[in-house]
Amino acid sequence: MSERRIRVLVAKPGLDGHDRGAKTVASVLRDHGMEVVYTGLHKTPAMIAEIAMQEDVDVVGLSILSGAHMELFPRVRKELVERGLDHVLMVGGGIIPGDDMQVLEEDGFAKLFGPGTNTDSIAEYIQTEISKRWAAEEAQA
Amino acid sequence: MTETKPISIPEGRQAWEAALEGGKLRDSEFTSLSGSTLEVVYGPEDAPGDPAKDLGWPGQFPFTRGVHPSMYRGRLWTMRQFAGFGTARETNERFKFLLDHGQTGLSVAFDFPTLMGRDGDDEMCRGEVGQVGVAISSLADMEQLFDGIPMNEVSTSMTINGPAPILLAFYIACAERRGLDPAVLQGTVQNDILKEYQAQHAWLVPPEPALRMITDVMEYCSEHVPKWNTISISGYHIREAGSTAAQELAFTLANGLEYVRRGIERGMDVDSFAPRLSFFFDSHLDFFEEIAKFRAARRIWARKMREEFGAKDPRSWKLRFHTQTAGVSLTAQQPENNIVRTAYEAMAAVLGGTQSLHTNSMDETLSLPTEKAVKIALRTQQIIAEETEVVHVADPLGGSYYVEALTDKMERDAQAYFDEIERRGGVVPSIDSGYFQKEIHDSALSYQRAVENGSKKVVGVNCYSEGEESLEIELHRIRPEVEAEAFKGLASLRADRNATRATAALDEIRTACNSKANLLQAFITAAHADCTLGEISQVLRDEFGDYIEPKIL
Amino acid sequence: MISWAENGNTRFPETLEAIWFQVGRARRMGITGPPGAGKSTLVNELARMIREEESTVGILAVDPSSPLSGGALLGDRIRMEDRTADSGVFIRSMASRGSHGGMARAAVDAMDVMDAFGMHDVLVETVGVGQAEYDVVAAADTVLVVLCPGAGDGVQAMKSGLLELADVIAINKCDLPGADRLTSDMQEAVHLRTAGRDRWASPVVQCSAGKHEGVDDVLAAIKSHREHLSDKLPDHRRKKRIQQVRQVVGEGLDEAIWKTGGYGEQVEAMLGSGITPYAAASRVTQIILKSAQENQSNEFEA
Repeated sequence: MSERRIRVLVAKPGLDGHDRGAKTVASVLRDHGMEVVYTGLHKTPAMIAEIAMQEDVDVVGLSILSGAHMELFPRVRKELVERGLDHVLMVGGGIIPGDDMQVLEEDGFAKLFGPGTNTDSIAEYIQTEISKRWAAEEAQA
Repeated sequence: MTETKPISIPEGRQAWEAALEGGKLRDSEFTSLSGSTLEVVYGPEDAPGDPAKDLGWPGQFPFTRGVHPSMYRGRLWTMRQFAGFGTARETNERFKFLLDHGQTGLSVAFDFPTLMGRDGDDEMCRGEVGQVGVAISSLADMEQLFDGIPMNEVSTSMTINGPAPILLAFYIACAERRGLDPAVLQGTVQNDILKEYQAQHAWLVPPEPALRMITDVMEYCSEHVPKWNTISISGYHIREAGSTAAQELAFTLANGLEYVRRGIERGMDVDSFAPRLSFFFDSHLDFFEEIAKFRAARRIWARKMREEFGAKDPRSWKLRFHTQTAGVSLTAQQPENNIVRTAYEAMAAVLGGTQSLHTNSMDETLSLPTEKAVKIALRTQQIIAEETEVVHVADPLGGSYYVEALTDKMERDAQAYFDEIERRGGVVPSIDSGYFQKEIHDSALSYQRAVENGSKKVVGVNCYSEGEESLEIELHRIRPEVEAEAFKGLASLRADRNATRATAALDEIRTACNSKANLLQAFITAAHADCTLGEISQVLRDEFGDYIEPKIL
Repeated sequence: MISWAENGNTRFPETLEAIWFQVGRARRMGITGPPGAGKSTLVNELARMIREEESTVGILAVDPSSPLSGGALLGDRIRMEDRTADSGVFIRSMASRGSHGGMARAAVDAMDVMDAFGMHDVLVETVGVGQAEYDVVAAADTVLVVLCPGAGDGVQAMKSGLLELADVIAINKCDLPGADRLTSDMQEAVHLRTAGRDRWASPVVQCSAGKHEGVDDVLAAIKSHREHLSDKLPDHRRKKRIQQVRQVVGEGLDEAIWKTGGYGEQVEAMLGSGITPYAAASRVTQIILKSAQENQSNEFEA
């Protein structure tokens, strides 16, 4: 029998084409044993939520360097909730000022990672959070 | 007094090696920033080239030592700070601020909607208008951007690629509306689409039609805007996306050679357009590696242009370049340290013989730069120019065994990449198969791993860090009204223009797409008819199709 | 539900039970070929054309897992991006994970789920590199093998047995040099295998999916294979299902014997007594068969 693996969607919302961070994080998460779906560039919030649903992911990670995070991140969140995916762990990264991080974290984002974040720590964070959730699910079942 | 007889170089080397043996070394891999192994010291045998053939003198083929005989004694580099945010009106004010503080050229940063060929009121652009650059959707916006700035005197650089021919059309049309002959315009449009597919990812249409538009620009400008640099062939974005120095050099030059091939295939004389090609490189933290990269770039280009393409005009042989310090080298942690990093990088660019320079501001990993940060960045250049006295001597590191050995290695590494690209069928097929993208990604990943395992150190990040720090620098934020203003501006533009004339101009573009007509000419006509960037781009997308990136992960 | 299948979750079989009456309507197509042949682009184009015929499409994109970490990077969607916004298309990426049989089963399960949820066409795409991937596409009604000049040359395809699976062969990127040569080589190979025999001669079709050319010919070839299959289809599918049952039985036995049956200790003891692994295996088999025969009569009466 197969074991359960963490499925992560790494997504690039908006028009910005800087994918160095997204691809690096995707590769690192793969190296930590996760199954990572990468969306490619230039996705709308609705597209990202639709992909998250079709791919049945446990985590959605958004990467943005265009400054449009305060517009796009909450919209992705809203689209996910509309599809009944509020249980999905939402994380994000990019050039995001501290104040904005705080606002987003109050708005349903589990955690935001700024420039210079150690990528292993992102993987560890996801592993810890998801195992908590799975343990809770099992306890319920 | 007895004269001490020196021991011979080979004997000395043996003795030195013996002395080295068993010595205690620090725990380090002693590699360049790009990961290549470095020797303890370099000697004559490491740089065995022929000075007459490989170096020459400044201003002489193959220009390893610089493109001008007097280098900075004749003229300093152009201090050109990239700027743009919010509306055309706000950026216009920042331009005037920079000119007042001694900047000598303008450089326009566009926002993502503009870079992707979309109008500010496009549904895809919510939240992005004016964020990372200025929003320019029409000739009217361009007029506002240059309001009160003498277009016949300043040189303007526009960093845009996919829709570059359209923005250039707005600029030319703007000058024409002021009654200026486009022949007086000086500046550069980046217009380097190949590296967009490879690294930066702001494209409009697939490679082949994009290359056709670029060739149209080269053709039109060689006749009508002769002082304009038609392509700024850019390694900057390749490097920032994670490549090594050698990859930056090789891929950039490979792209440059591809544009030259396209021009020649169009039937143009190589000397009619090659002198208007310029380059744009990154200057990263590995001081000597960067200087070697700049020197190798000049030598390779000169040789290829003269020997492979038969260019006869020495101006076609000269690789002139703009440099920007490495944005990726800056850290969000302890941001003031970025001033120091930028200063070293700027110094490398100057010692490498750059023609113009942008120094990054310390706060750019956090947001767009504030005026104070921009001013310090500009002052960094001025200190190099006025206080360090390095500017008096051309190619001051020429003849250094280390720098010459690195320069030779850069050239060899680049040639190996050229051969590999050739083997893969050329630049465009290598883009289609994701070759460049994969190479860049692999380098980025191995650098990231080196930082995380501590074999590469970053001050404030993996050493000398101060834990959770609260940021004490003020951030520049875009006014939330910018988007609404863009909506309003576009609505009134569309309402006020002559609709018949606009439609006719767009139809003309559609026809030109499917003929051999020059598209830049058609764009200028459309600019005068107040067609918007988004409208023109849509015609191109309809006619040429969209581009989808290859899968490389 | 597809995740349950992938994870071997026990809720999957019972849920499948509930929707089983709806399974069997979809046309199933397997697409494989060497890396870089342009499979995703072709799948995207095929999906677009099928959508134009008002059919819904389910796409299962299988990518290999990393043997080191067990993780995977699933990026096939990138090339199908213009289908993402279309509600008539459902795309699911799947990692091959460790066990070969496991992947093939999960892929078949995923196809069943898409079928049950009303997808008219189900396309499964794998990189043709190993037996496991072949098993996946072989579960489809029609197998399309995608080749292109240069990247994965024809000799390699023939050696790897890829061609024996193919019902339709698409030569993608047909504007590249070498395409005509590859096409005639493939035609030759098909001819050698089928001439004079009552077998389906796989058509070799040129296309350039990236340029939207020739994809209609590929679709037409797929349809003609379907017609050829029409009365044989139930039989064809039953054979695949027998394989599926065999596989699940095998896995179930494996689990029963080694995890719950306590045979592990017995084998350890046998090996301890100095007999060869083969002798031990033979004894275990005999014990199991004997116990099965003893139970057989009551099982079938019940």
